[in-house]
Amino acid sequence: MKLKQLEGLLGDLQQFSNPKVELEQYPTGPHIASRMLYTAENSFGDVSERVVADFGCGCGTLGIAAALLGAEHVVGIDVDSQSLEIASMNAQELEVELNLVQCDLRNLDFRGEIVDTVVMNPPFGTRKKGADMEFLRMALAVASQAVYSLHKTSTREHVKKAALRDFNAGSAEVLCELRYDVPQMYKFHKKREVDIAVDLWRFVPQGA
Amino acid sequence: MRLLTHNMLSSNIKGVTNGFPLGIVVEKVIEKPVEMNPDFLKNMFAKIEWKALVDASRSMGYAELPDQVDSSMLDSVEFLQRFHHALLELHLEEGALVCPETGRKFPVNKGIPNMLLHEDEV
Repeated sequence: MKLKQLEGLLGDLQQFSNPKVELEQYPTGPHIASRMLYTAENSFGDVSERVVADFGCGCGTLGIAAALLGAEHVVGIDVDSQSLEIASMNAQELEVELNLVQCDLRNLDFRGEIVDTVVMNPPFGTRKKGADMEFLRMALAVASQAVYSLHKTSTREHVKKAALRDFNAGSAEVLCELRYDVPQMYKFHKKREVDIAVDLWRFVPQGA
Repeated sequence: MRLLTHNMLSSNIKGVTNGFPLGIVVEKVIEKPVEMNPDFLKNMFAKIEWKALVDASRSMGYAELPDQVDSSMLDSVEFLQRFHHALLELHLEEGALVCPETGRKFPVNKGIPNMLLHEDEV
C-alpha cells in the first residue's frame, strides 16, 4: 500500500466525540499516523506479519494503520470505554481485525514475548506529569522488537536518557521531527489551532 | 477477542501471584475466517502457552487441538489449520475472563474484555 493511500484511509476514521482532558485525548492525525507506520514497515519491517500493540489506542488510528499494512495480530489497549467503542467501529468500517482490551496500562502485565512491536501516541504529560514516560516504560517492557512513539521535541534529551538508563532500551533514535496539529478541542485552548513539534522515535529493547 | 490475546493476558489483582491463564465464561463465540500464514504460526508456536490455548479453545467449544504437541507437528497442514483456527479465528464476543486465583470476573462485551481493576485491587 502506498503512503498516500494509507493516509487517505486513516483520514476517514471517526475521532473522539467527547474528548476527556484528564486522559489528554488528542486524535493522532492521518498525516502523522501514516508516516509513523509506513516508516516502521518500509524502513524496518516491524509491522507486516508481526504482532503489534497500540498503547493508549484511543480511536484506534495507529493500530488500524498497522493492520492495513499487514500486521498479523493487532491489540489496542485503552482505559476509556467510549474510545474503544469508536475504535471498534473504525476497525469494522475499514474491515480490519483489531483486538481491543480495556485496561489501565500501569496495571498491564502481558505474558511472554508475544508482542513484537508497540506503537503509540502517548499522552504528552502536560496534564499529568510523567504520563508519557510511564507509557514508554511499559512499552519497552512488552515489545520484543521495537517501540515507535511520539514525544514533544522539547523533551528530547530527557526521553533519550530515561529510555537508555531507566527503561532498558538498547537504542533510542529520533527518526524525524513532525508537526502535530492540536485543534481547539478543550475550553482552556485559547487559540483556534496550534501545532507543536514532536519527534517520532524508534526504541529497540536490549537483546532484540 | 482472539485466543492469541487471551494467551497474553493475566489477572493483575493485588496479591495474586499467578494470574495466568484466565478462565473463560462463554455467552457468545463468533468465528471470523482469516487467511492462514504458516510462518507466523510456526513463530507463535514457540511463544504461546499451549495448554492455555487448548483449555481456552475447549471452553469456546472447539475440541480439535491435541494435548501433547511438539514442533514436528508444524509440518502437518491439518495441524496448522487447527492451530490457526483456535488462535486467530475464534473470538469471545460476550462472556467473561476469570482470575484463576480469586475467581473475579472480568466482563467481555462486544469482544472487548474490561480488565480495569477496582480501587482495592490495585
